Amino acid sequence: MASLNVLDFEKSIAELDENLSKLHQIVADRNNPQNKPDLAGQIAELEEHRTALLSALFANLTPWDKVLLARHVKRPYSLDYIGSIFEDWTELHGDRMFADDGAIVAGLAKLDGLPVAVIGHQKGRDLKQRQQRNFGSARPEGFRKAGRVMRLAAKFGLPVITLIDTAAAAADIAADERGISEAIARSMFEMATLPVPIVSIIIGEGGSGGALGIAVADRVLMLEHAVYSVIPPEGCAAILWRDPDRKSDAAAALNLTAQRALELSIIDGIIPEPLGGAHRDWAESAESVKAALLQNLRPLIGLSAPTLVAQRYEKFRRMGRFTEMEAA
Amino acid sequence: MPPDGWFRRKSKFAPAPAAQIDAQVPDGVAIKCAQCSEIIFTKDFEKNLKVCPHCGSHHRLTAEERIAYTVDEGSWSELFANLRSVDPLHFKEYDSKLAKSVQVTGLGDGFVVGTAAVGGVPLVLGVSDFRFMGGSMGSVAGEKVVRAMEEGIARHLPVVLFTASGGARMQEGLLSLMQMAKTAAAAARLAEAKLPYIVVMTDATMAGVLASYASLGDIHLAEPGALIGFAGARVVAQATVQKPPEDYQTAEWQMGRGQIDSIVLRRDLPQALSTLLVLLTGRTSENAGGLNG
Ligand SMILES: [Zn+2]
Repeated sequence: MASLNVLDFEKSIAELDENLSKLHQIVADRNNPQNKPDLAGQIAELEEHRTALLSALFANLTPWDKVLLARHVKRPYSLDYIGSIFEDWTELHGDRMFADDGAIVAGLAKLDGLPVAVIGHQKGRDLKQRQQRNFGSARPEGFRKAGRVMRLAAKFGLPVITLIDTAAAAADIAADERGISEAIARSMFEMATLPVPIVSIIIGEGGSGGALGIAVADRVLMLEHAVYSVIPPEGCAAILWRDPDRKSDAAAALNLTAQRALELSIIDGIIPEPLGGAHRDWAESAESVKAALLQNLRPLIGLSAPTLVAQRYEKFRRMGRFTEMEAA
Repeated sequence: MPPDGWFRRKSKFAPAPAAQIDAQVPDGVAIKCAQCSEIIFTKDFEKNLKVCPHCGSHHRLTAEERIAYTVDEGSWSELFANLRSVDPLHFKEYDSKLAKSVQVTGLGDGFVVGTAAVGGVPLVLGVSDFRFMGGSMGSVAGEKVVRAMEEGIARHLPVVLFTASGGARMQEGLLSLMQMAKTAAAAARLAEAKLPYIVVMTDATMAGVLASYASLGDIHLAEPGALIGFAGARVVAQATVQKPPEDYQTAEWQMGRGQIDSIVLRRDLPQALSTLLVLLTGRTSENAGGLNG
């Protein structure tokens, strides 16, 4: 059956998958008259063809393809990673001031036995969840909950891990009324001097301030097909060409891929995704993310708080490109 | 820059098209207040610090005007004037927009930093110029905000920043976005050094600038009527069902929501700044009474 969750450039793969699944069904059914000995060979051939096609497709992804992959509705979300990477996950709710924002989840857990605090954007999987979680667009309460849990982590010396996956912070009137700008600014301000290690991973969409608000970390990584951008491509296209449909041109102009972010020294590393994207194999994706977390956290654990904070400051201090003219 | 039309929505002043001004008034001698539609003679307008004498609306200032209206005469000394934006992403029309802004404003970029005194109190002052690509924060503006704060720490001086910006500068992509983190981190250092940091929000202070260093002051002042908000009108309309209130995202509305300590008339700003800085730095007046030991 054709799926609604298939991107245009994935369609040829989806067709192959459909045929493969039919063949597998026939092989599994001994009584099916079509079940002949040479089917196994056919399946192997088809699978080889599928891998080759997928490799070719994914070797030539455009920045806009990456945006679509980063937003893929079947992509693993924060809670999917949390469920398979950590032990003893204990979610903590609420900002102690106004509400509990479902767009950001926070809690304590163990990473390979090490207690840590985990904070992540959470998009909803179905319509009801999406509404409850505001499509992963955090409200002020989300950033303030994140701040509360980070302060808790600092108090007990726990490293902080943040998972980034948001189109943008909430931009409605209610968010403005409760100080969304201040909440984002304060979160970055506090992260800048947090006396424990912080590792951030952009797992899907890194949407401007809503993403950076919980990504001021010692190590910032991106999944291979994640995106990180100062403005959504649609908004950029509306400004540049007065035409939101030129979003793929805008995506290219914005340099929002993990590969470009690494070249611009905005991030520290890229985590490979399974062939065809993270949504094709959640377990493999989670294993890669876990391995990257351990690898990046380990060298930070032994550092003193002043060293960590000083290095974090220098890391962001260096960001930017400009020239200094000679004095006339 | 935010992807929307807030600058179209609320520009209170505009140079009056010649046809609308009384035919007997020569070009450049008067402007028309876009808020109250009254004609104002340029001479009166400038004498009134570019505040409309009819309706009190505060017109946007250039960085040069802001400095002149704020600091003690002869005290201004500019720093870091040699920083220039580059076009690291080879972004569509960025080069030409930069060149045009440099030509129109005579500035290297849209943020000016220096040392000065206000009411006799020495400080580091930073001023954003909205004419330079909407005061947008790219690598240069971010760097200059950080250098202003580091200068404050090095010289043990308070830091006062006048904000006016549409937000992060899209044309430098992630490099602009990161200026939010960089300036917030510098504000944290300034706070640890226990030096006063006062933000004066002027028209318009939006998006990535409001969501970083502009919201991290010890004290937040604002000029009357300044547009101050997170998202532009179009994005807000997409995200919200109800119609925004009449005064939405004005300084007055933000003050009512707890984000601003005080709204100060332009002519009172130097006095307000020096009073606050003296109070914050704990310098006791010479004629202090019994509490002075
Ligand atoms: Zn007027």
